Amino acid sequence: MSHIIDRRKNDKGKSTGNRQKFLKRVENQIKRAIPDIIGKESIKDSKSGGSVKVPVRGLDEPHFRHDPKTGKKQIVKPGNDRFNEGDRVPKPKEGGGSGGRKGSNDPAVTEDEFTVVLSREEFLKYFFDDLALPNMVKKLMDSTESYLMRRAGYTRDSVPSRLNIKSSYQQSLGRQLALKGVFDKKLQLLEGKLAGTRKKAEKEALQLEIEKVRRQANTIPFFEDIDLRYNNFERVPVPVTSAVMFCIMDVSASMGQHEKDIAKRFFTLLYIFLTRQYKNVELVFIRHHTEAKEVDEEEFFNSRESGGTVVAPSLKLMDKIMRERYDDSWNIYCCQASDGDVWSKQDALECKSLVLETILPNIQYMAYIEINDKSRESDLWKAYNRISNDEDFSTRHVYEPYEIWPVFQGLFRKRGEAAAA
Amino acid sequence: MTDKERYKAMFCNPNWDYQTLEAADKVISRIGEEYLKLKTYPNQIEIVTSEQMLDAYALTGLPTSYPHWKFGKDFVLNQNNYTKGRMGLSYELVINSNPCISYNMENNSTCMMLLVIAHACQGHNAFFANNYMFLDWTSADSIVDYMAFAREFILKCEEEYGEEEVERVLDAAHALMHHGIDKYKKPSKISAKEENERLKKLTHVKRENYNEIWKTLPTATALPESPASEEYKFPLEPEENILYFIEKHAPLLPDWKREIIRIVRKVSQYFYPQGATKVMNEGFATFTHYHIINKLFDEGYVNDGFMLEFLKSHSGVLYQPEYNSKFYSGLNPYTLGFNIFMDIKRICQEPTEEDKQWFPDLIGKDWLQQVHYVMENFRDDSFILQYLSPKVIRDMKLFTIVDNELEDEYEIGAIHNERGYRKVREQLSNQYERSQLVPNIQVTKVELHKTSKLYLTHYIQKDRRLEAASAKDTLEHIRYLWGFPVELQSKNKLGINESTYEMK
Repeated sequence: MSHIIDRRKNDKGKSTGNRQKFLKRVENQIKRAIPDIIGKESIKDSKSGGSVKVPVRGLDEPHFRHDPKTGKKQIVKPGNDRFNEGDRVPKPKEGGGSGGRKGSNDPAVTEDEFTVVLSREEFLKYFFDDLALPNMVKKLMDSTESYLMRRAGYTRDSVPSRLNIKSSYQQSLGRQLALKGVFDKKLQLLEGKLAGTRKKAEKEALQLEIEKVRRQANTIPFFEDIDLRYNNFERVPVPVTSAVMFCIMDVSASMGQHEKDIAKRFFTLLYIFLTRQYKNVELVFIRHHTEAKEVDEEEFFNSRESGGTVVAPSLKLMDKIMRERYDDSWNIYCCQASDGDVWSKQDALECKSLVLETILPNIQYMAYIEINDKSRESDLWKAYNRISNDEDFSTRHVYEPYEIWPVFQGLFRKRGEAAAA
Repeated sequence: MTDKERYKAMFCNPNWDYQTLEAADKVISRIGEEYLKLKTYPNQIEIVTSEQMLDAYALTGLPTSYPHWKFGKDFVLNQNNYTKGRMGLSYELVINSNPCISYNMENNSTCMMLLVIAHACQGHNAFFANNYMFLDWTSADSIVDYMAFAREFILKCEEEYGEEEVERVLDAAHALMHHGIDKYKKPSKISAKEENERLKKLTHVKRENYNEIWKTLPTATALPESPASEEYKFPLEPEENILYFIEKHAPLLPDWKREIIRIVRKVSQYFYPQGATKVMNEGFATFTHYHIINKLFDEGYVNDGFMLEFLKSHSGVLYQPEYNSKFYSGLNPYTLGFNIFMDIKRICQEPTEEDKQWFPDLIGKDWLQQVHYVMENFRDDSFILQYLSPKVIRDMKLFTIVDNELEDEYEIGAIHNERGYRKVREQLSNQYERSQLVPNIQVTKVELHKTSKLYLTHYIQKDRRLEAASAKDTLEHIRYLWGFPVELQSKNKLGINESTYEMK
């Protein structure tokens, strides 16, 4: 006798363990590919894409096999339409001997283009691993709260505009029914008495009474004050779900590909960090050389411009955008990356006062990273350093990719500890 | 309403439910047994989703297996191909076990379900239960248990010796998987329970014979080598089962590694008959479903619409693109096998003059008996060599191409004519021989008492040499398992060494 079993409800992940083993096997390749992916994919994709494709190769499982190019082989094929015994056919060039054998089903063909699709979690794990990252520490960041009014049942008094008609009417109906019942009973009683008496005076008195009760019963008020119900609201604290991140980058001639790459990684990291905290994160890209311009991400990282560096206009532009588009309900973060070159000391000083006076009061946090090898202290660094407090404004040096995470972590750890203290 | 009418209503409704499957299985089993006289294992039919089918693919159908990255790789590869639409999943997957487990895709229509039940649960099942290869080389009763044992064992090893070391051994053993089969000796059968008992006994014997005093023995002071041992040749006969040889004779291999090699060897042996009977197995299963579904129609269980859907799927299965088609990827085993089996039936029933010459033994015999005989006693190469008829060669327009590496042109060796039939038949049979795929490599010598070096010999056939890169990588794996230097020589017909690979 056969058994028929519906397995569809069983677990699907039978291969999960083996897949993990396989991923471990190609771990190095994945890690090597990650800078490429970050380089290629846009900042937002690294968060929302859900999956990341990593090409891997060299997964050969060796075994003894014949070299397909050697020897004398005889192959039987179907569908002869033109050949006779003894016919000679030229070999296709570079055909690898066996002609049409490599059909579309041949796994060997696809293996070269083998890609592993990583989920976002897996990707982040590798991404952070690459930067020698410990587990992401969300709690280190203060979550800013705002309040929302939420419905919370009904109340008996409030302003007329919050009157809830349906529930008020329910109350009124109940009251009317209840009162009517009382009058009806009274009426019954009185009518019974009337039927049982023969005295005229008593009869008249009863009739008067009945008349009165009838009138009362017919004039039960439709609404009374006690019927009225109003919508009740409560103030509930909710974390602010929107944040905006300003990315400001110097694109003057002195910023090479390496510097831009570091900046991009840093921006990416901050972006991922923010998306873990906020539901909705917007990005604003501002680049500047002698003048500042708001651009899209593609242009921000890729197009080249040269020229000298004046930083202050970019901060002014940021202030303008901030005031135009983002009100108090936004959490505003700013990250500025530069190699520290400024046109003049004057510019550096102007930046300093701009940050101090117009930017910091309005934003959550600003980070300045300077991408150079620390051989000298730039004017901008000196100017910023005086006002950096690691509370809402931090400055750091980065030059190599592996320095990014420690710096990043340092920025937020300091802040977390300060808040806890 | 009679049963038949009720069944017909169910079978002709494209949506199936549990009752439909139960009824289908019942009717099809009866037809298989009464009409085709099939003897089968009991069936276990499992309905699975596409994801579960991918899981099953990765483990080649086994319900469980030991953990290894290779299965993960296969899974990822299949999943990629499947999600990109490069690969479809088959309607079913069936494994050689008792009870015979088959996985049926949930999105099959009723017609497909019936086809699959006839194909897998009758055709393949009967093949597993009756073909000599499966009976001699595998034990359907214990494979599922054995794999559970293997999984337990490997997990235990991973815990005790670390995942990396276990993976290393498995990788090395997998590299030699094709060289872990006794092609001539029939292996003994052993169930998981016996396997566990065997292991226990082994440790028990060791414990009993253990004595502290042996530790105090002085280490062997150089014994004068007996002259006899110089001449003693080991192994006496070349050994084709390299895995077996390493398992038994590797000088310094710890027992748990030997056990892992044994597991890989057993699994390899379990799959050996499937590789050797692909054409027959698929051919016979197709032959079976074709007859059963037609019988269902004849007996009035299904209507014309059902048959149209069936014929469409059936001819899809048998689609054989021609050599110059862009869809061509070798001979379709379903087509070849089905054609040969159908032709055996035809020859028994309506022989022509030609058939009388070619198959005198089949003339006038009961076709079913003959089909059973063939299904039970052959494997692909012998099956083709004996039963590929001129008619099938003509119908499929088979021809042979000679590809000689020394020449710039292919030569057409034989076509479907009087002079060519035998040649085509022989060539095709050769094509399904194991030696076509797996190079003939044997253990020929171990340098005992000196370096413990292991010598392997590759016997070159038809001038086909080894691919150097993979040979070296494989040899490295052997070096790891053997623990001492390894050398592989490729020898040609004259016994002259053409190339040497060495791992010191």
